[in-house]
Amino acid sequence: MTKYVKTICPYCGCGCSIILHVKNGKIVRTSPAVKDSINKGTLCIKGMLAHEFVHSPERLRTPLIRENGSFREATWDEALGMVAEKFHKIKEKYGGSAFGVLSSARATSEENYLISKFSRAVLATNNIDHCARL
Amino acid sequence: MTNSIDEITESQVLFVIGSNTTEQHPLIGSRIIEAIKKGAKLIVADPRRTYLAERAYVHLCILPGTDAALINAMMNVIINDGLINEEFIKERTEGFEELRQNILQWTPERAERITGVKAEDIRRAARIYAGAERAMILYCMGITQHNCSTDNVIALSNLVLLTGNVGKPGAGLCPLRGQNNVQGACDMGALPDVLSGYQKVKDPGVREKFSRAWGVEIPEIPGLTVPEMFEAAEKGIIKVMYIIGENPAVSEAHLSHVEKALRNLEFLVVQDIFLTETARFADVVLPACSFAEKDGTFTGTDRRVQRLRKAIEPLWNSKPDWQIIVELAARMGYPMTYADPSEIMDEIASLTPSYGGISYDRLEGWGIQVPCPHKDHPGTPYLHKDSFARGKGKFIPVNYTPPAERTDEKYPLVLTTGRVLYHYHTGTMTRKIDFLNKKCPEPFVEINPADAQKLGISDGDEVYVKSRRGKIKLSARVTGKIKQGVVFVPFHFAEAAANYLTIDALDPVAKTPQLKFCAVNIFAGSEEHGDS
Repeated sequence: MTKYVKTICPYCGCGCSIILHVKNGKIVRTSPAVKDSINKGTLCIKGMLAHEFVHSPERLRTPLIRENGSFREATWDEALGMVAEKFHKIKEKYGGSAFGVLSSARATSEENYLISKFSRAVLATNNIDHCARL
Repeated sequence: MTNSIDEITESQVLFVIGSNTTEQHPLIGSRIIEAIKKGAKLIVADPRRTYLAERAYVHLCILPGTDAALINAMMNVIINDGLINEEFIKERTEGFEELRQNILQWTPERAERITGVKAEDIRRAARIYAGAERAMILYCMGITQHNCSTDNVIALSNLVLLTGNVGKPGAGLCPLRGQNNVQGACDMGALPDVLSGYQKVKDPGVREKFSRAWGVEIPEIPGLTVPEMFEAAEKGIIKVMYIIGENPAVSEAHLSHVEKALRNLEFLVVQDIFLTETARFADVVLPACSFAEKDGTFTGTDRRVQRLRKAIEPLWNSKPDWQIIVELAARMGYPMTYADPSEIMDEIASLTPSYGGISYDRLEGWGIQVPCPHKDHPGTPYLHKDSFARGKGKFIPVNYTPPAERTDEKYPLVLTTGRVLYHYHTGTMTRKIDFLNKKCPEPFVEINPADAQKLGISDGDEVYVKSRRGKIKLSARVTGKIKQGVVFVPFHFAEAAANYLTIDALDPVAKTPQLKFCAVNIFAGSEEHGDS
């Protein structure tokens, strides 16, 4: 059975509505939405293939930690524990101005809000920005 | 955008400057074509003869970075021909006399010497633009990626005010946002000087409001922008970076400088869906979910907040960015409790006036255009209907500022960078897609036949492009579609990253890097390529 999910194209800022066709947990096709959409049934070539990178075998599968110059796989518990500990130490030693956070124009608004909140409330820094200038 | 995408076809004149719209914003490009079919006249200012330029009523083939001179000269024509909108200027603006005094010096002939655009073409464009009841300016990074980007935008704003082309459907000033949610990221305060809704961190009232909501003090001093952060990292002032869903090791200007900064960090965390060029510098890499594996919202270029819907479960051991942040915050002693992203949006709405009326139940149809200040507000299709944020629209005289570096005998060509239809930004996503790779497999440099002949370069030759900062190797595309003296390299390709060449000079206000102008030279692959 195919499931159809209406969502938004991940590329440029036009905000085209796309339908992802999901079969057995895999997105098999992207098509343009017709109703309630700016694109009204049309889509550019990148948008038509919007699902293809999602299932790429090159996707990161697990947290990685650098050890002796190369990456090794780690659990979330270990990786987040290491990040939290290091962030905490740096904050204690140098304060918030030692941090720089790059948020993402690819991430959702909710995520951007949380990244801003995390930077300001947890890391105590206003050094947060994203690629708006690029 | 001051207007909605759907209003493009209501315009009588479209002025596209610094945007290769059909390749970078295909949907908007197709609307422009539709508008032309309905009788709209198109003006395009671009150093390349783009798809739209070929269909334009006037193509102003401009030298990169000279936009302010061009726009000032258009205003000179409009004032001298008596085409200004006197009623609009009187009712809704201030500072006209100061602008007029400045603009009188900007004759089309003077602008021709700077921009390389014929004075007669400037006159034609000005008269067409000013003659319309509803004219829309659409611009992109060709306006903003300069050391004078703020002035360029102010010049466009002056042009809009002079002709009263704002505050009504189909007339306005429309920056085209290049990324799915760059508008949302800005609106949410992922910026160093503002919190969500552009509420300034310097404002004690704003800090108090957020301190109360977040339960901690908000730091007072505005932070650093991306290019300033890399400079601070190189100097050792910034010791840790947390980079989420960005690839500055390919996308930033003057890459060798960025690489040095990344290497200099004491600790680097990168959170992404792929092991990007930036992630290779990291100490810890956190695997995030793609857009298809999570719920949320994106705000598009015409300010429409739309729902992103989860289609599949997180792949492998990845997590959505919001969940990673929540877990990390908890480990650092700051618990955040959200059952799902809709609860984050409720918090955003409570703290952000322009999103005050946004909630997931209202986004089920086609979404809502912000500003949407309360639950009964229908959203805002176009801005500045009756007044501007500051009350009256202010004319601010600006002049042409030369780029931060010049061409000379050693570096005689101007390099401008950009994207192509088939790829997106640093290629992290699109270069994993076979069809797109077949369509555009490798890096290239576009060069005018006259320049190619002088340099002894033929179409398809392997060449080196060299600037004062770096050198890349790629193939030459000899084409009459680019202005003589200008070359173009897309920045998608890490193996010949255009940003090894670009200069990191910044606009003093917006801090945008001057990515659209740097001096280069080109050498045939077999030659000694200027290393001496």
